[in-house]
Amino acid sequence: MSDVYVVGVDMIKFGRFPDRTVPQIGAEAALMALDDAGLTIQDMQALYCGNLGQANAMVGQRILQEIGQTGIGVVNCANACATGATAFREAWMSIKAGVFDCVLAVGVEQMGKGLLGGAGGGAGIPKEGLLGSGTMPAVFAEAGMEHTRKYGTTFEQFAKVSVKNHHHSTLNPKAMYQIETPLDMVMNAEMISYPNTKLMCSVNVDGSAAAVLVSEKKAKELGLGRAVRIKASVLASDPYTDRDLVMPDVNAVTRIAAKQAYEMAGVSAADIDLVELHDCFATAEILHYENLGLCADGEAGRMIDEGEVALGGRIPVNVSGGLLSKGHPLGATGIANIYEVCTHLRGEGGHRQVSGARLGLTHVIGLGSACAIHILEKVA
Amino acid sequence: MSEEAVNTGPLPVVPFLKGAGTNDPYLEGQECAACFAIFLGERATCAKCGARNQLRAKRLSARGKLYSYSIVYRSFPGIDVPYISAIVDLEGGGTVKGNLIDLEPDPENISFDMPVDVVFGDALGRKDREGNRYISYFFKPAV
Repeated sequence: MSDVYVVGVDMIKFGRFPDRTVPQIGAEAALMALDDAGLTIQDMQALYCGNLGQANAMVGQRILQEIGQTGIGVVNCANACATGATAFREAWMSIKAGVFDCVLAVGVEQMGKGLLGGAGGGAGIPKEGLLGSGTMPAVFAEAGMEHTRKYGTTFEQFAKVSVKNHHHSTLNPKAMYQIETPLDMVMNAEMISYPNTKLMCSVNVDGSAAAVLVSEKKAKELGLGRAVRIKASVLASDPYTDRDLVMPDVNAVTRIAAKQAYEMAGVSAADIDLVELHDCFATAEILHYENLGLCADGEAGRMIDEGEVALGGRIPVNVSGGLLSKGHPLGATGIANIYEVCTHLRGEGGHRQVSGARLGLTHVIGLGSACAIHILEKVA
Repeated sequence: MSEEAVNTGPLPVVPFLKGAGTNDPYLEGQECAACFAIFLGERATCAKCGARNQLRAKRLSARGKLYSYSIVYRSFPGIDVPYISAIVDLEGGGTVKGNLIDLEPDPENISFDMPVDVVFGDALGRKDREGNRYISYFFKPAV
């Protein structure tokens, strides 16, 4: 089977674009990725589109209506916050299967402001605030407090994640925010769901990202100079664990995906030079240091304390600013993470460049649950 | 409780709350006879082992221990905050999420594994469109 390469990838600067449509926002990133590859929509054999908010509204076809109706097949994907990564993986699989040589993946989302989630829908009366909370800040706070229960992780350690990622985003012009948030500012921000303050919650923004994926044959035709090899693409769902149906278990699903991804790539966590992981809340990032094997179980608090996950540290995590500061347009996030890692592997990270980056990992979690992991490798 | 209250009494907030109109409300789990996994709500197939038609109703304990929690300060409009959203492991099996009440919502007052009782009461005055009252479950620190 052919290796699969990313030859074009880009994202728009995340922000709020209430006057634009979802297809318009998606089309912008699609054209940017095509330009990055030096290709046109006429070169694409299929489109894999990820969007959550309009999952029943043919967003992929409407993007083609904006940029070129060439008649290619379109697959529209929805997989919670793993939506973009799922679209990318479907694109990867189509080339891996030998069906196509050159395809486009786009992730796009237009978000409102405010809380996501909420406890128990269905008949009867609203359950939020009656049977606990189903808001996302609370759900991920409870997951973080499970780590506190096991290892004594502190509010301050969770808050340090947000300090780090906001600092990283000051170096990323495509992030929603470029603002330093010192520790006292993070800890004294409005408490949303203890221990997550407002600055420890990801930012709801509009955004899009896109990638052009090609077969090895096509990559060689185009020249491998800036190509990035996809060493692993894995998608897992939540396995049965004792509390998963009451308290979503984001750990087990990530561990399944990580193990498969490292096996597929033939590498270990120690070989990875940078990670973009799903910091939907500051509490979540801590869990994934361990879930992805970046440290041993129980070591995540020490990792953030000692700066191992900061730019310049042993294994920089979320140098883009992460979902906490770059922003989290749900359907775009999975491809935006891939853009970030590719940018470093290409040596084009500017002030936030992870020096000598050769292998990078992207991770997203869609609650409910889906986990997608990609391992990407510098070619030239 | 009057005869009328029994007949037209409160509805259960969730289907796994049984005996809503009686003096003996309780939570009911579905236990897999093959692997002993416990679920909330009726189902035909076990999500742990895949066994079909092996699930049996099981009265869940009214005692448990706090597994994890969050203190919710920001919720949807009209919902009183702050409150404690709690995950409780019940004695003998089953995990349930709900509000932990009768405790000042401050991390200083909350400890992992603290014993709690499951108690039942009016669903904070919430009614459905038809005006029906509901009975809910809550957790309270065990005496």
